[in-house]
Parts: sequence; structure tokens; C-alpha cells
Amino acid sequence: MISIRDLHKYFGALHVLKGIDLDVQKGEVLSVIGASGSGKSTLLYCINGLEAIQDGAVTVDGTDVHAKGTDINKLRQKLGMVFQQWNSFPHLTALENVALAPRIVKGKSKAEAREIAAKQLQHVGLGEKLDVYPGALSGGQQQRLAIARALAMEPEYMLFDEATSALDPELVGEVLDTMRLLADEGMTMICVTHEMGFARDVSDRVAFFHQGVMEEIGPPAQIFGDARSEHTRKFLANVR
Amino acid sequence: MEPTLKFFSGFAPNDLWFMGEAALRTLWISVLSISLGTVLGTLFGWMLYEGRRAATLTLAPVLDVFRSVPLIIQLVLFYNFAPIVGLNLDPFASGTVILTVYTAALVANVARGGIEAVGAPMRRAARSLGLSYWQDLRHVVLPIGGRAVFPSWVGVALGVMKDSALVSVLGYVELLKASQILITRTQEPFLILALAGAFYFALSYPVSRYATHLENRWAQ
Repeated sequence: MISIRDLHKYFGALHVLKGIDLDVQKGEVLSVIGASGSGKSTLLYCINGLEAIQDGAVTVDGTDVHAKGTDINKLRQKLGMVFQQWNSFPHLTALENVALAPRIVKGKSKAEAREIAAKQLQHVGLGEKLDVYPGALSGGQQQRLAIARALAMEPEYMLFDEATSALDPELVGEVLDTMRLLADEGMTMICVTHEMGFARDVSDRVAFFHQGVMEEIGPPAQIFGDARSEHTRKFLANVR
Repeated sequence: MEPTLKFFSGFAPNDLWFMGEAALRTLWISVLSISLGTVLGTLFGWMLYEGRRAATLTLAPVLDVFRSVPLIIQLVLFYNFAPIVGLNLDPFASGTVILTVYTAALVANVARGGIEAVGAPMRRAARSLGLSYWQDLRHVVLPIGGRAVFPSWVGVALGVMKDSALVSVLGYVELLKASQILITRTQEPFLILALAGAFYFALSYPVSRYATHLENRWAQ
């Protein structure tokens, strides 16, 4: 379980997250929606310790992410993350991209790491592209490569930071399909997204962020059909 | 009749051998200085990138001095003043020290540029996979940044190889010094300088060809 208590985050004088309380259970798919700058991406960075926090606490399966003694590199193996920019390693083939972390972080043998990588690439539909360099892949393929790369560490949670925002419209579908597949397999996911269709159809709960505050959280039917907050209704009216 | 005393003698095949040996000395002092300087310069570049203010205030000005003062002045100053502080270095050692520091000063900026070329998002992605700071540096930043600045580094290396000619002022018999010796004896400057040039070319050209070959392979 990911558990966030009274989380405050500042960038200099800018108060980006203003006291977030949130629990995400194993197996749950949570979508986080809201305008740009509402703090939703920062929330993900705080969950896996890529950003320091100023107050409050984030715990993952009982381990305090931001505590001094925490082995953050070990903890991050539980928390796969996919970014808006796919950040493929350009000097490695698709297979090597995925095999890198299992090999050097988990100490798997080269053959073992390649086997894991091939399996994960099959999983995201890139079984034909094992020996291709990222430069020869489309944006959608590179994003699926990034998903496979995260999955190769066998994470228990997946964090998606606007995974489809940088893609050409015709490539969004294949990445969303891959995310759906993961959700169907029971992966615990937190998806920061602008894809309202995905949020409605796939999530167990949807959280709406507004200016650093979690305005509202609830099942998709409630958020999309019967939002309590004025801000939520206004936001949803504008994105549709 | 008394035989006339001969001060000068023409260029002999043996002299080619003499120049070849000198070319090897040029190669040796260059390879040594460039290797050491690259390691040191990469370390400096990393310090400039990570150290922020501390490195900007201390290391950067020192490197600026070594980059800006003509190499020949550095060589002469170091060679003549090192003994005052008790360092009795022969011309080869003095030349190597100065060429190494000079290379390091040039490589530091190249290396910093390489780290910057990788960019924060790429490194965050690597760290999110569980890579430690050093694993990220070794397996992501070094290969990606290294390739980005490889052409600049080759430029520095070839430049230092040619600049190693200046070590001749200390009396180290590398290619240029050997040429000067031969010119004095044969009085055939045109031939010998052309030959020396050909030797330098023969040292540089394979390096730059191989570099182009690597760049093409990486560009696929």
C-alpha cells in the first residue's frame, strides 16, 4: 500500500502540494487528473523519492520513502515509473534498454537479463523489435519500450506521468492499450493523465487536483457524473 | 692536397630512422598526456558540473589559466621553476606534466558539456529504475554523454598531439627537435620539415579516420 500523509512540497517559495492525504491499495488503479501545474506530476516524483518533500510522509508498504536510512534505490525497484518523455537509452538496442537495470541493479546474469527483457518486450508487443535501436522506433513504440523497461524490474506499483501527452494522436491508442493490459493483469497503478476516457473506463478511483490540493476523489462515475466540487465540474466541462 | 673539412652532410637513409624514433617519442608523450589528461579532465568536468559554487570559485579559474596561457610559456616556466621547489624533472617528465594538465583543462569543459548533454529527464528515468547515482553515471551518463562530445574530444586530442611539438624547447628529442637537429646538419630545411609534417600526418590521420568510423557506427 502507498500511503501519503499531509504531504507538503515547495519549489522555492512556490507551494506545489498543500497537504495531500491519500492511500492507494494493492491492485487499485488510480487516475489523477487536473490542470497543468496542479501538482499531480510532482506527487508522483514525491512517491518514488525523485523529489524531496518539505513536510508530511510517504510510505510504501510501511517503508518511509523520505526517511534518512531508507535504501531508496532498493525501494524504487518496487515502483516502476513511466514518464511523459520516454527517455530510451539511445546507445542500446530495445533488448539492452530493458536488460540494463535487471543486470546492473539486480545483478542478474547477462543471459537471464536478456531473457527477462525479451519476455517484457513481447508483453508490450515489441517482440519483433528486440535488436532495433530506439532511434528507429516511433514515439508510441518507445513509450511501450519504457513500460517494458520499468516492468523488467518486476515492480509492485507503476507510476505513469502523462505517459501519452507527448505522443502524436495516432500513437496514443497503442500506449493506452498497454496500460489497460497492465490494469487487467491486476497491477497497482497511479496514472497522471489527460486521457479522460482512460480515467473513466479503467480506473477504480479518480482524483482531481486543483492548485496543489486534492479537491475530490471517488469512483469514476461520481467524478465524471456527479462531481461535488465546483472546480472539478468546471475542469471537466473544459476538457470535453 | 688537404681534404676540406666538411661541416655539413646530406640527408642519409639513417636520418629517416632517427626521425621515425623521434616520431615514436612524440606518440608516446602524446598518448601518455592525453590519457592522463582525459581521466583528470573528466574528473574536473564532473566536479564543475556537480560542485556548483565551490568548483566555480576554485577549480574553474585555475583551469582558465591553463587554457589561456600559451603552452610554450607554461612549459618553460614549469621546467625552470620546478627545481626551485625541489622538483628535479627531466624534459620528458616536465613536458608530460604540463601537457597532462593542459589536456585536463581542455577536457574538463568537454566532459561537463557531455554530462549536460544527457539531461535531467534521462537521468531521472535511470534513477527511477533503481540505478544508484554511480551506476547512472557509469552506465547512462558516460556512454550517452561520451558519444555526444566524442568529436570535441578527438579535436582536443589531435590538438595536444600537435602541440606536443612545443616540448622540443625543453630539449626533449621528439619529432620537431629531431628535425631541427637534422636541419642544422644537412641544411635541407625544406625536405626535412616536409618529412616531419608527413610524420605528424601519419600519426593524426588514422586517429581521425577511426573516430569518423566510430561516429558513423554510433549514428545508426
